[in-house]
Amino acid sequence: MTTSNEPLLSVQDLEKHFPVTKGLLKRQVGAVKAVDGISFDVFKGETLGLVGESGCGKSTTGRLVTRLLEPTGGKVVFEGRDITHMSQGKLRPLRRDMQMIFQDPFSSLNPRHTVGTIVGAPFHIQGVQTEHGVKKAVQDILQLVGLNPEHYNRYPHEFSGGQRQRIGIARTLALKPKLIIADEPVSALDVSIQAQVVNLLEDLQNELDLTYVVIAHDLSVVRHISDRVAVMYLGKIVEIADRKRLYSSPMHPYTNALLSAVPIPDPKARADGDRIRLTGDVPSPLNPPPACRFHTRCWKAQDICKTVEPPLEELASGHRVACHFPENAPEPAPKTAAATS
Amino acid sequence: MSESPFLDVKDLKIHFSTDDGVVKSVDGLSFSLERGKTLGIVGESGSGKSVTSLGILGLHRGKSANVSGEIWLDGEDLVTASQEHVRRLRGRKMAMIFQDPLSSMHPFYSVGDQIIEAYRIHHKVSKSVARKHAIDMLGRVGIPEPKRRVDSYPHEFSGGMRQRAMIAMALSCDPELLIADEPTTALDVTVQAQILDLMRDLQREFNSALIIITHDLGVVAELSNDILVMYAGKCIEYGSAEDIFYRPEHPYTWGLLGSMPRLDREPTERLLPVKGTPPSLINVPSGCAFHPRCPYSDQTDGQSKAEIPALINTDPGHLVRCHLSRTQRRTLWENEVKPVLETQ
Repeated sequence: MTTSNEPLLSVQDLEKHFPVTKGLLKRQVGAVKAVDGISFDVFKGETLGLVGESGCGKSTTGRLVTRLLEPTGGKVVFEGRDITHMSQGKLRPLRRDMQMIFQDPFSSLNPRHTVGTIVGAPFHIQGVQTEHGVKKAVQDILQLVGLNPEHYNRYPHEFSGGQRQRIGIARTLALKPKLIIADEPVSALDVSIQAQVVNLLEDLQNELDLTYVVIAHDLSVVRHISDRVAVMYLGKIVEIADRKRLYSSPMHPYTNALLSAVPIPDPKARADGDRIRLTGDVPSPLNPPPACRFHTRCWKAQDICKTVEPPLEELASGHRVACHFPENAPEPAPKTAAATS
Repeated sequence: MSESPFLDVKDLKIHFSTDDGVVKSVDGLSFSLERGKTLGIVGESGSGKSVTSLGILGLHRGKSANVSGEIWLDGEDLVTASQEHVRRLRGRKMAMIFQDPLSSMHPFYSVGDQIIEAYRIHHKVSKSVARKHAIDMLGRVGIPEPKRRVDSYPHEFSGGMRQRAMIAMALSCDPELLIADEPTTALDVTVQAQILDLMRDLQREFNSALIIITHDLGVVAELSNDILVMYAGKCIEYGSAEDIFYRPEHPYTWGLLGSMPRLDREPTERLLPVKGTPPSLINVPSGCAFHPRCPYSDQTDGQSKAEIPALINTDPGHLVRCHLSRTQRRTLWENEVKPVLETQ
């Protein structure tokens, strides 16, 4: 995949704190720190995978980047333009270039509209003129995503889950966007259909030169489609690296635990005893643990982890980790851990 | 085996009459299971796996459901037994773990009360004894501070803890048959790993027969001794976990294996999905229900469209429902499918 030096999307210290209010006067008593200062770049033509467990803020990140939510801090820069607090009116033309694929193909399509209306809507909203009319353009896109163009006048309920997801993808592609944020694009689908949609996303990327940010909880799907992967935990990025490095030599203990928790479809594999099992659940983002947020579940945690927050540091080329005691770390041992302990 | 197996399902059919026609959710399913063993049932949505589990528990007694065949549990036929009798067995002899613990627990009653109620229906004991038992069970499934947590409500639990409470409830009467329907689908991967470990340990401890229903081949591989692959209400392949993962013979099983991105192998360029979509259960394709999606259906001399293939023994304990001959299947697997899957 070709990547140029200028990032298509650049996110800096992005924050979203949802206020928690109480009483008649809606006094703010706290905040859910859904996303708490994350930074990453997405380059043209690449796929960035965003993984984490529920509540880690990955979906919120997707919605912040597309400005479906207003960030409470930080910056989102798209093609060199700061869109963090841009007004809806100014954003509208940008929406052509930045689209979203949603998780649930059942609730993200209006049941009262035909496929033609759904996929054609972007043309009408953006006032885009097409050479042979909107209908022709829509039918071309339907063909592109593997649907029958004759189904133009059908309603969403007449389609299966996989086909509905294809309709969602067709709508996303209608105006040839540059960046697509896909929030759990395949998790609602059956295994065999999941593979079809994953292949479709890859084909479309090659054909249309798309850039993806894929948000998912399934580590194997993310490995399959991503070039680079960011692992999130409680509103923070704990590790970001290219796919190969992250899966073959993960440095953050959480990434290690996540990878080792995935059930392997091989009956012989279950005999292995060296798997890492985390205890307990993810703490509430309303009141996240101080300093390193993973210390409550981490088997390597020491006193420093409870007091000093580890910065996201580049320990190998393109491999950034936020941990005091990273695994698989290249020699010499990281300076911060040695200096502060 | 001379003795009859603990659970023996013979030619089970569960049909529903609807306005559009008869939905043959389960159509002639047979399998058996011993105590202490685990059977994994895999299939896509609509293949009839959940309907089977509800059928075994006798929960399809409505007017629209038509259950036929035989379900022998420890020498008793559940299909012909009275509803009252099956109700008494349910909970005590057989129990179920549902997919979504939030919607299958009562939000108004505390977790403890729900376990106590289930226990007292089957055991004539006082409330305080049952409460002690509930606390005991919650501790067994790994809920911290069970004495305090017994009075919590389901919404106060996290997803993983709710699923643990659900397992505690299912195990409270020491059932001999436990059916888990997608027990970890709603959970995060680290919590899923905890629950799978827990289920494996508890099964060893209680020596119960376990049926685990899932679409995730990874989960089945972790737990099952035997695996049953369902497609359109029928068993299309049955065998030991090793048979299904190392020597699968049905093209649909190959398709499932090829659809999965795997973490334990080098990443492939492309996944190999099964083409097309699962069939409607009202208009099941003629002949082999899988033939419209099967890449090898043209190698059966037109049989695949005309005739429903029989479930035949290919090896001892390994059954396949396919028109391709044994040699054809083995050659295809060795020469075409396996090399592609293994380079993944």
